Amino acid sequence: MSAILQGAGAATALSPFNSIDSNKLVAPSRSSLSVRSKRYIVAGSDSKSFGSSLVARRSEPLIPNAVTTKADTAASSTSSKPGHELLLFEALQEGLEEEMDRDPHVCVMGEDVGHYGGSYKVTKGLADKFGDLRVLDTPICENAFTGMGIGAAMTGLRPVIEGMNMGFLLLAFNQISNNCGMLHYTSGGQFTIPVVIRGPGGVGRQLGAEHSQRLESYFQSIPGIQMVACSTPYNAKGLMKAAIRSENPVILFEHVLLYNLKESIPDEEYICNLEEAEMVRPGEHITILTYSRMRYHVMQAAKTLVNKGYDPEVIDIRSLKPFDLYTIGNSVKKTHRVLIVEECMRTGGIGASLTAAINENFHDYLDAPVMCLSSQDVPTPYAGTLEEWTVVQPAQIVTAVEQLCQ
Amino acid sequence: MATAFAPTKLTATVPLHGSHENRLLLPIRLAPPSSFLGSTRSLSLRRLNHSNATRRSPVVSVQEVVKEKQSTNNTSLLITKEEGLELYEDMILGRSFEDMCAQMYYRGKMFGFVHLYNGQEAVSTGFIKLLTKSDSVVSTYRDHVHALSKGVSARAVMSELFGKVTGCCRGQGGSMHMFSKEHNMLGGFAFIGEGIPVATGAAFSSKYRREVLKQDCDDVTVAFFGDGTCNNGQFFECLNMAALYKLPIIFVVENNLWAIGMSHLRATSDPEIWKKGPAFGMPGVHVDGMDVLKVREVAKEAVTRARRGEGPTLVECETYRFRGHSLADPDELRDAAEKAKYAARDPIAALKKYLIENKLAKEAELKSIEKKIDELVEEAVEFADASPQPGRSQLLENVFADPKGFGIGPDGRYRCEDPKFTEGTAQV
Repeated sequence: MSAILQGAGAATALSPFNSIDSNKLVAPSRSSLSVRSKRYIVAGSDSKSFGSSLVARRSEPLIPNAVTTKADTAASSTSSKPGHELLLFEALQEGLEEEMDRDPHVCVMGEDVGHYGGSYKVTKGLADKFGDLRVLDTPICENAFTGMGIGAAMTGLRPVIEGMNMGFLLLAFNQISNNCGMLHYTSGGQFTIPVVIRGPGGVGRQLGAEHSQRLESYFQSIPGIQMVACSTPYNAKGLMKAAIRSENPVILFEHVLLYNLKESIPDEEYICNLEEAEMVRPGEHITILTYSRMRYHVMQAAKTLVNKGYDPEVIDIRSLKPFDLYTIGNSVKKTHRVLIVEECMRTGGIGASLTAAINENFHDYLDAPVMCLSSQDVPTPYAGTLEEWTVVQPAQIVTAVEQLCQ
Repeated sequence: MATAFAPTKLTATVPLHGSHENRLLLPIRLAPPSSFLGSTRSLSLRRLNHSNATRRSPVVSVQEVVKEKQSTNNTSLLITKEEGLELYEDMILGRSFEDMCAQMYYRGKMFGFVHLYNGQEAVSTGFIKLLTKSDSVVSTYRDHVHALSKGVSARAVMSELFGKVTGCCRGQGGSMHMFSKEHNMLGGFAFIGEGIPVATGAAFSSKYRREVLKQDCDDVTVAFFGDGTCNNGQFFECLNMAALYKLPIIFVVENNLWAIGMSHLRATSDPEIWKKGPAFGMPGVHVDGMDVLKVREVAKEAVTRARRGEGPTLVECETYRFRGHSLADPDELRDAAEKAKYAARDPIAALKKYLIENKLAKEAELKSIEKKIDELVEEAVEFADASPQPGRSQLLENVFADPKGFGIGPDGRYRCEDPKFTEGTAQV
């Protein structure tokens, strides 16, 4: 607590009140906060001027931002090592290819994964190398080919099932829930379903409601399913490999806007822990928990916050189910304040579950209620401005941190 | 009577195997278009015009189909004595087991939805008794008898129904979720159609083993499902993929004419399900599902075809369930005359008659089989009754296959390492 006061004192000019007064853009958000429950703040509450600032921000390319923020963080486990530079989709491909080399039972199935190389080129070149049966182009029938993957997994294969777009997997929801999630249990543990279900999801660039789904909340309560979200080329590869090796059915969330992130990753083989959160930026004042694309919005906000004298700790939770309560808890015990930033829907989302888990386990360590910035409970709109307001923007994160650290 | 069981060669019209390039394009039937389901369309149309028409089934006995085939050479019998007795025993087991389930259900020993197989035994026995242990079977919610035919013990199935730890799924599955990895019984799928993709996946595995892993694998998969399922997308999606990839799978429709209370004729634009096979590029076969020997003949062809790597077959077995949809179904909708007609065609009685008339078995031998099965089922009940209920510690087991699946707890350890975890009292 004293550290927070110290930090705030060191940046008197940038104290929360000052910054809000001097920045009319965020004022409406703040007024809405005082009306609403403080626990959840929905992105872009009601501010029009806020939106205009976003339009300006839109012109900034996301990728350099992302990489810059990445390079800024000393916590990056990879930036210092020699390695090779890859885009995120290439890292996923490399992980997949290595696992297919390692274990002939690993196969890929989905729409256009073979000859076409995948809608986002994650399976590029694999059909040429491994043949059409190991990299199986399926007809457009999500429920049936997901079920086929499950049947193949029950009989000894380790399929990686690609949803061409994560949203299409809604058509396979029955298979994912009843068979993928529950069958190990209902069979009394006899059958395992070591499948990986993966695909591009999240809010992209004006893709419209159906192609911009945030399905974490839909899948999280299915028993027996593990969920991870990748956010950097390094963890994309490591999580892909770990997910393939896991005996559990794992849903690997990729984000459409992150496929072209570039990073240097180690040449030697590595694997990430599926259950572990990633410390992105150690800090003292507040714990910001995030995942997937929002990590970059958080890191953008973190820059501003650092300039304002705050020292936020940023954790990419990575494992959406189950949560790594150890890493999260240690951070809470240190900072005593938690802000969750997610692209997921507010209602019944990952943030809601995480809030509950933190309150249940670390209530005594909290100096302020857990705050959760989620995206709006709306079908993702097409129009650029509306879409921007749907998801949490860095300015809101800055405001929320200032509020929490008051 | 023996002629009614005359060999029903699929090859009578078009060979399932062989080198005919266009064979898949031609519909394969056991007999020329007959008075069976195909003829019901005129009746069903009439019913559309007269919606208050009686519910009497327009379906004509399959025996009439066979009469058209009353032909010359039926000197060679379809089965040996040993095979005949094996089939008889399996069918008796299915029937006795299900009758016992009804008793136990009404006595409050088992709960939930319990769907009995009475009347359809010829399909399960006709197909599964031809399979090897490494072949896979995928069933529906009406799965007890498929599991029994596949070799799962009556004890294990009964205990599962009683919800005991000795059940084939440790009491975690129940009536509609019978699994046995040992017997390659892949379930037990309670939603309509969801087992078909899983079966397709098992068949994909067999092909993968042979062609990618270069293993010596000629396993086949048999997927059972009902007439109601044949209007579901997963059925069509999987027919397409199975034919496309030439998977070693047999799609077996147990057409018992009723999807709970929905008559097949009221639900399906073209009630001849077998026709959908040729539409997807695979043979479609129609067979009398009340005649185990005919089912077996068809199964032989289809299984052999699949084993040879020549792809899938769709088999429509016309059968009938002698009981309601489940034990919770009052079964008030189906016409008494329809029920009586099919009851008179009991597949077990028919096999018995065939065995005796062809001097394959004596009455006494069959009686001793019945007695043996009665004892076996009784013993299964005693075993299930005496078996322990699952303990609290079992609750959280098997949720995740990989023990790390519950993640890292506040104490930094995997939650599965918490000693309370397997006592079912750990906070998760």
